[in-house]
Amino acid sequence: MSALHKELRRELLVDQPWQVAGREFTSRLLVGTGKYKDFDETATAIAASGAEIVTFAVRRTNLGQNVDEPNLLDAVSPERYTLLPNTAGCYTAKDAVRTCKLARELLDGHNLVKLEVLGDDNTLYPNVVETLKAADELVRDGFDVMVYTSDDPIVAKELEKLGCSAVMPLGSLIGSGHGLMNPHNLGLIIEHAEVPILVDAGIGTASDAALAMELGCDAVLMNSAIAHARQPVLMAGAMKKAVEAGREAFLAERMPRRQRAEASSPFAGRING
Amino acid sequence: MQIQLNGDARAFESEPTIGELIVSLGLAGRRIAVEVNEEIVPRSQHDATRLADGDRVEIVHAIGGG
Repeated sequence: MSALHKELRRELLVDQPWQVAGREFTSRLLVGTGKYKDFDETATAIAASGAEIVTFAVRRTNLGQNVDEPNLLDAVSPERYTLLPNTAGCYTAKDAVRTCKLARELLDGHNLVKLEVLGDDNTLYPNVVETLKAADELVRDGFDVMVYTSDDPIVAKELEKLGCSAVMPLGSLIGSGHGLMNPHNLGLIIEHAEVPILVDAGIGTASDAALAMELGCDAVLMNSAIAHARQPVLMAGAMKKAVEAGREAFLAERMPRRQRAEASSPFAGRING
Repeated sequence: MQIQLNGDARAFESEPTIGELIVSLGLAGRRIAVEVNEEIVPRSQHDATRLADGDRVEIVHAIGGG
């Protein structure tokens, strides 16, 4: 988004819908479907979050046992939500591309995907070399790619140049709940971006989500922060409010920080004057 | 003949189509996707695609994840 464009948006005083890959959304909170107790809790928490985009993983079907087990897509239906299949668990561009093609078949040609290619088990940090390779191949194959990456502004720009629909730098390690480790880098990425920027991974609690939005990112994606709260449904509602509050604070433009106090009440007319 | 199905060896007396394989696994009508030898086989082709000895078949579905 250009500086002028940002200025115009701020003058509107109220939040506007945001767009990714030609689709328009009101909610700026995207959520995952992992780590919940059961599908009931998944569905209730997601409804409480107000999310419109919901991500899920693709895995081998269990064969020969429990073929009647409930399906995630019954709890989180494609009619109600924009589904965002992800490539979690992929460590190579090749596996990520295969997974996206399977997801597209699974969802009858739906081409919006969350690309993530991981580096190792310990950090789940993005392998940007493989991520760039996979992003290029997927974009050429007609996918709309929302890509998980490091908080490196140069890599973010390269992914944008490849044609990714959104760039999603990490706040901190996946599932760590450490919040935003490098808000300055996120700010640099946001400042120069021409596609939506989402903070993905690392959000721990509501203030982390609010801060991400105050930095000016377009949306936030989280899973563990909600699913691993002691009360996921309550936290889902808290995250909804935090994202909205952070967005409005960004649009309102915060007061400058000062080195010294500045009284809010007038000096003149004090009874001890 | 034998195929690799989701990473495990499976033996068959004849060579089933993918459609027949899905029915035999009790997965008919389920929301799944099928890949044979790392190529997607679209749903519309399941009944017309016959498996061959040594094929590597993956059947996947959606699960919770972030």
